Amino acid sequence: MEEIERYRFDVVVIGAGGAGLRAAVEARANGKSAAILSKSLFGKAHTVMAEGGIAASMGNVNDRDNWQVHFGDTMRGGKFLNHYRMAELHAKEAPERVWELEAWGALFDRTKDGKISQRNFGGHEYPRLAHVGDRTGLEMIRTLQQRIVGLQQEDKKATGDYEAGLKVFAECSVTKIFMTGEGDDRRVSGVLAYWRPSGKFVLFESEAVILATGGVGKSFKVTSNSWEYTGDGHAMALESGGSLVNMEFLQFHPTGMVWPPSVKGILVTESVRGDGGVLTNSEGRRFMFDYIPAVFKDKYATTEEEADRWYTDPDNNKRPPELLPRDEVARAINSEVKAGRGSPHGGVFLDVSKRLPADVIKAKLPSMWHQFKELADVDITLEPMEVGPTCHYVMGGVEVDPDTQAAVGVTGLFAAGEVGGGLHGSNRLGGNSLSDLLVFGRRAGLYAAEYVDAAKAAGKTASVSEADLQEAIDWALAPFTNENGESPYAIQFDLQDTMNALVGIIRTASEVQEALTKIESLKVRMGNMKVVGGREYNPGWHLALDLPKQLLVSQCIALAALTREESRGGHTRDDFPEMSSEWRKVNLIERLDGDSVAIVRQPLPLMTAELATLFDTSELGKYMTQEEIDSLVQRTS
Amino acid sequence: MGYKAKFKIWRGDNGDGELVDYAVEVNEGEVVLDVLHRVQAEQANDLAIRWNCKAGKCGSCSAEVNGKPRLMCMTRMNTFEETDTITVTPLRAFPVIRDLVTDVSFNYEKAREVPAFSPPVGLKPGEFRMEQDDVQRSQEFRKCIECFLCQNTCHAVRDHEENKQYFAGPRVLMRVAELDMHPLDTLDRKKTAQDDLGLGYCNITKCCTEVCPEHIKITDNALIPLKERVADVKYDPVRWLGSKIGVRKSDNA
Ligand SMILES: Cc1cc2nc3c(=O)[nH]c(=O)nc-3n(C[C@H](O)[C@H](O)[C@H](O)COP(=O)(O)OP(=O)(O)OC[C@H]3O[C@@H](n4cnc5c(N)ncnc54)[C@H](O)[C@@H]3O)c2cc1C
Ligand code: SF4
Ligand code: SF4
Ligand code: FES
Repeated sequence: MEEIERYRFDVVVIGAGGAGLRAAVEARANGKSAAILSKSLFGKAHTVMAEGGIAASMGNVNDRDNWQVHFGDTMRGGKFLNHYRMAELHAKEAPERVWELEAWGALFDRTKDGKISQRNFGGHEYPRLAHVGDRTGLEMIRTLQQRIVGLQQEDKKATGDYEAGLKVFAECSVTKIFMTGEGDDRRVSGVLAYWRPSGKFVLFESEAVILATGGVGKSFKVTSNSWEYTGDGHAMALESGGSLVNMEFLQFHPTGMVWPPSVKGILVTESVRGDGGVLTNSEGRRFMFDYIPAVFKDKYATTEEEADRWYTDPDNNKRPPELLPRDEVARAINSEVKAGRGSPHGGVFLDVSKRLPADVIKAKLPSMWHQFKELADVDITLEPMEVGPTCHYVMGGVEVDPDTQAAVGVTGLFAAGEVGGGLHGSNRLGGNSLSDLLVFGRRAGLYAAEYVDAAKAAGKTASVSEADLQEAIDWALAPFTNENGESPYAIQFDLQDTMNALVGIIRTASEVQEALTKIESLKVRMGNMKVVGGREYNPGWHLALDLPKQLLVSQCIALAALTREESRGGHTRDDFPEMSSEWRKVNLIERLDGDSVAIVRQPLPLMTAELATLFDTSELGKYMTQEEIDSLVQRTS
Repeated sequence: MGYKAKFKIWRGDNGDGELVDYAVEVNEGEVVLDVLHRVQAEQANDLAIRWNCKAGKCGSCSAEVNGKPRLMCMTRMNTFEETDTITVTPLRAFPVIRDLVTDVSFNYEKAREVPAFSPPVGLKPGEFRMEQDDVQRSQEFRKCIECFLCQNTCHAVRDHEENKQYFAGPRVLMRVAELDMHPLDTLDRKKTAQDDLGLGYCNITKCCTEVCPEHIKITDNALIPLKERVADVKYDPVRWLGSKIGVRKSDNA
């Protein structure tokens, strides 16, 4: 057997995006050593791509904003399927987390009085998104990256070693989480990873593991997500005994590029609409006025005139329907295209050129200008963009305790960021992810540190057995032993086609059923997969290791999509087009049962009576059963 | 559209390697990275490439296309003739790991030598006040996606391995300039720039600026002003003090 590199840390953080980095900072602040592992280079995680901004009710632009309004918007956006406690913590803590970034060197765009500027975004009542042009994610990840470096400098001063407290393992992918102990004592003991450059294995022993691995979008053909989004964290949580919640809810962002074909799916930030961009069909009609759903009727403008006035006088006018939550806009675009009113390349038009002067567009949306100019030969200061829905974000995720982010059912495992479930309900509002990463990344780091203290005090130090280690290594090397199999790329392409066509933005039972059958046959094909070349930086091998996770998570998405017989947020069933108050009470929980996935219905916790007072009873009535409302009213009186 | 393009792709590791010929289909609107992905999926599953965003935002896909340092995801195929042979090689200034992937750890090590942002002691999160005009200059530098194309291009590194220990390169020096121009940073950064990171090696040829995919004016806006400040500090300490006090005013603006 080859010599295995071995490390011991208090906490292993899997993922170097916003959530992972924030968690690591907090773990160290609480005296714990932490390893940060990521599949790509330091500073390149998905967070870097976020454009529009970070939602936090600082009230810098409109001082009527506060956490209560943000909470309400988040619940509404998620169609009240959110875990109320997460939504509450998120809204309360987001401002502090943003200010903290500023203290670590972030340079947000400013208001006239020198505060952090905030912009409008879909579903947010007031201008709420702290931003830097349209490259907010870059600012956030760079700030956190530089914060880690700053802490390493402090450690160097104190100990002579930059890496005494925090060590970054870039291009080091985790394949397995190890468990130890039996029954009630069963807990996390470490992870196996391999260096992508050398293909050599690394063992980490640690009391706590934090999943911050992001999303699952790479299982769809048209997506804004990169190769990294293979759902590794979701799958590893299942494999270690955890559960996933509400995996049917996927966000199809309404505006991805549709042309040229090679960039299909690449994101066009919602800020384009927040800053005044309008959507039109081939007849030149602002069609969003035709798609305002009943639950939002009194919150959005019904005429173009009122919508236009809102940009300059938001206090006295209702907002344009282009700024409805993403699920609504995505479905509307889908319907327009299906009805034959699409743009030449199968999208609709998004135009900001008529509202803003060229220099303002270039200042506010520099990377969009750049992206269209360089990739599509379109000058957005002069002409409209063509856009259509793209798979963007997964609302479902690892089931966690709302306060501590501890994964349900797996002692020592925590999850934060996109991999976690609950906060966003059935649909996430733009800007609520970056704030999610900060708020719950910090909480995961904090409670993981507390857990490590308790575990160590109880004498439960982590150790991984040689047998477990060997088994995990053998599994990872298995794809090399097959000489005549199929290319992993071919299997991944077929999975992407299947999910896109059959479990996409509009779903029906028969199609989802067909997808599940296809996934089974893909699993069979995966058993006969061939990897060519050696272990050094071999993307074919890396994909072969990601694919089983991708298939497992895709199966969970499809199974949940088949089970939930209603339409809500990021889950639209053609055969069950209505939203159902009965289904609102249900979380769909998935676990591994041997090799198969078991799905159970679990009650969604009912929000506290105190939080319920933030809504009109008539609004709650649109979502909840009379019984639930009565019980809330009873609790207040 | 749709034609077969001729590619020469460098395959190998740090020990040795060679240019390998591939004939590969190209479709309308594609970029070099799309075509290499097709090679990877259909002809060479193990072709090593780095990428993430495919939209010029993450700085992962740096390589040399026909000898020019470029982001592969932002290099359109229609900038070449259909009859051209396109040669793709790894960044020259860094050790090759495999194929088009290089070891860029040099850049991260040098970045660690830049002392972190140091706001005034006692200024609490939430209390920061800065004018847009004052943050604008540093914001330009913070557009950097760390593609390291500038680091790869600067002749002081590209052709002189021996300089690497003394000279941190344009990306890293620009970070120093960024902090130096941050309205609320309190450290004197000139010594770091000059003595620790080798600002003196830069002879303002602007080659770094030319390759920057973010169009940051690295030389004009970061390196030259930094050089001027370094010179000022050396000869005119009183003025330096004045400038720092001037900056401080915005603390309570
Ligand atoms: C184009 C685009 C624009 C967006 N714009 C916005 C916006 O404006 N506002 C907003 O709030 N949200 C936005 N989002 C969503 C938001 O950016 C993401 O949800 C968020 O960044 C996810 O952060 P994260 O920390 O959970 O994961 P990521 O930043 O994706 O990081 C995941 C990390 O996990 C690592 N990882 C994964 N698997 C493994 C493994 N097996 N081993 C080791 N490491 C692993 C990865 O390498 C990576 O480092 C946008 C998303 C996209 C794609
Ligand atoms: S301007 Fe300076 S840093 Fe830039 S390439 Fe020339 S010598 Fe290098
Ligand atoms: S300054 Fe420009 S060229 Fe240099 S690393 Fe940053 S983005 Fe790349
Ligand atoms: S892939 Fe991100 S810059 Fe090219």
